[in-house]
Amino acid sequence: MKLTSIRRVAAPVAVAASLTLLAACGGQSNGAEGSVSGEVLADGSSTVAPLTTAAQELFREENSNVNVSVATSGTGGGFEKFCAGKTDISDASRPIKDEEAAVCEENGIEFTEIVVANDALTVVVNPENDWADCLTTEQLSTIWAPESEGEVMSWSDVDPSFPDTPLDLYGAGTDSGTFDYFTEAINGEEGASRSDYNATEDDNTTVQGVGGSEGAMGYFGLSYFEENSDTLKAVEVDSGSGCVAPSIETAQSGEYTPLSRPLFIYVAKQSYQDKPQVAAFVDYYVENINEIAELAQFVPLNDEQVGESEDELASLQG
Amino acid sequence: MSVNLTTQGPSSRTTGPEPAFNASRLHHRRRPGEAAILIVLRGAALLSVMVTVGIIAALVLPAVEFFREISFGDFLTGTRWAPTFADQSFGVVPLVLGTLWTTVIGLCVAVPFGLGAAVFLSEYASPRLRKWLKPILELLAGVPSVVYGFFALQFVTPYFLRDFLGMEIQPYNVLAAGIVLGVMIIPTIASLSEDALSAVPNALRDGSLAIGANRMQTTLRVVFPAALSGIAAAVVLGISRAVGETMIVALAAGTQARMITDPTKGAQTMTGFIAQAATGENPVGSLEYNTLFAVGLLLFVITLVINMISIALVRRIREAY
Repeated sequence: MKLTSIRRVAAPVAVAASLTLLAACGGQSNGAEGSVSGEVLADGSSTVAPLTTAAQELFREENSNVNVSVATSGTGGGFEKFCAGKTDISDASRPIKDEEAAVCEENGIEFTEIVVANDALTVVVNPENDWADCLTTEQLSTIWAPESEGEVMSWSDVDPSFPDTPLDLYGAGTDSGTFDYFTEAINGEEGASRSDYNATEDDNTTVQGVGGSEGAMGYFGLSYFEENSDTLKAVEVDSGSGCVAPSIETAQSGEYTPLSRPLFIYVAKQSYQDKPQVAAFVDYYVENINEIAELAQFVPLNDEQVGESEDELASLQG
Repeated sequence: MSVNLTTQGPSSRTTGPEPAFNASRLHHRRRPGEAAILIVLRGAALLSVMVTVGIIAALVLPAVEFFREISFGDFLTGTRWAPTFADQSFGVVPLVLGTLWTTVIGLCVAVPFGLGAAVFLSEYASPRLRKWLKPILELLAGVPSVVYGFFALQFVTPYFLRDFLGMEIQPYNVLAAGIVLGVMIIPTIASLSEDALSAVPNALRDGSLAIGANRMQTTLRVVFPAALSGIAAAVVLGISRAVGETMIVALAAGTQARMITDPTKGAQTMTGFIAQAATGENPVGSLEYNTLFAVGLLLFVITLVINMISIALVRRIREAY
């Protein structure tokens, strides 16, 4: 069982800090509403878990009798339990697969898919790097693939037109959801990566390293790049249909592939209708969806996505 | 595991005029609180022993688990360190090499400056100046190592090495970490060496000067050899500190374990790996988790050996006056 990514560990801290503020401001809010109680069981992707945890912490401020447990068995493991009727909510970093949905159907589990945030990673290089404005996913894979260890050591090994500047790589530590996502999107397999790079759980190490070395490259969450856009340069990514710059807009629209993706929660219809605490929690989740996304340092939904999520929620209520 | 740093013989205990009589009287007139006090004091003495035993047990047990899966030879001679990657490899040589680089660079800074400061303070400075300088030097030892680490990363690398010396250097490198490590252990070496030099009896200096040697000759050929055991102990203690220092290398030396031949590049040290991996999320009991203890045990053994060498050295070349 994998635990939550370090990158998003900051989120609960941020949540706790904002809760203090919220509690201070919202002292007189409807006290009668906190009447639901019971258990809400969530399981699934370790990437989505910080979002559900953030939602849980905010929700419990008003509904302290509800216990929301957020486990992280991975997207696949989460669906396994979900379709066996063992959980109410499944966190997923990809849409449910047909064969997984078939199991759900077999067991009579009806569900709704709700998009809760966008996940996006940024590849960064030194501002003095004037050759790598846009890289194809193949070039990124050439740089980061397991076979490249000890082989691809210079930019000219990536593309003969690039200068012979040594590569200096900074990436996510192997524990993090960022590492899982990046290796899956770029190298085609979760966890497949060369190991001769500076692996760090601290994004600031990457900022320092890439900012201080001409041939350096690193990657981390898009929201972290926004704070450091003056010392680093974001690389545009070409996945076959032209170069796309990473931004909140391109992540929301899905143009920035493969390094952006929507994140989902799957809600069991039966749980929603039979358990008032699940209904209350999911309603709260969707109503505060972008606030939660920002607290957990993800890219929030655009208006269209929010509309879709609200429609999905409405279909549950109906 | 502390090193005996005194250069003089053990001071003789003063006893009363009639020790036998006094002792037996004390023995018979035991007061009620005394037993409790004795237990507390005995406990205090035993605590450090128990803590050491506890640490060894805590290190050895997971390390044994580790060596059940990874052979001793692969661990000690392997040159690829990638314990958390899909293609796992547990060769600890890159980490040991990283530690060796930072320690050697640190000593290149600390030994000349530390001994120079000690000789100046003990042999040349006026008592007034010495009264001021020594506490200031010792103050340097009180700077938290995280501050030194930040200093290495934010000042030594970009301004001193890159801008001032014009070096082509990676942002994380063992050179800056080693230099700052050296600065950190200067007070240790200087202060202890100064104690050793000052403990050399003045009669030796006077004798040397009387037969016509100048001050430099006296210092180098008479006082220095006489204080050698204390100085050696100071240097070895400095080495122990350099090997075990964590914060500086974790901040400034980088997180990439590799066999480097060039100190302008970054390399992870043993302590740097422990600091990084201990804050990660490896499940307790997993091979990745036990790796921490294997490296910790190796570090423990290395410092133990260094300290044993130091004790042997002090015994061997000690001169009593």
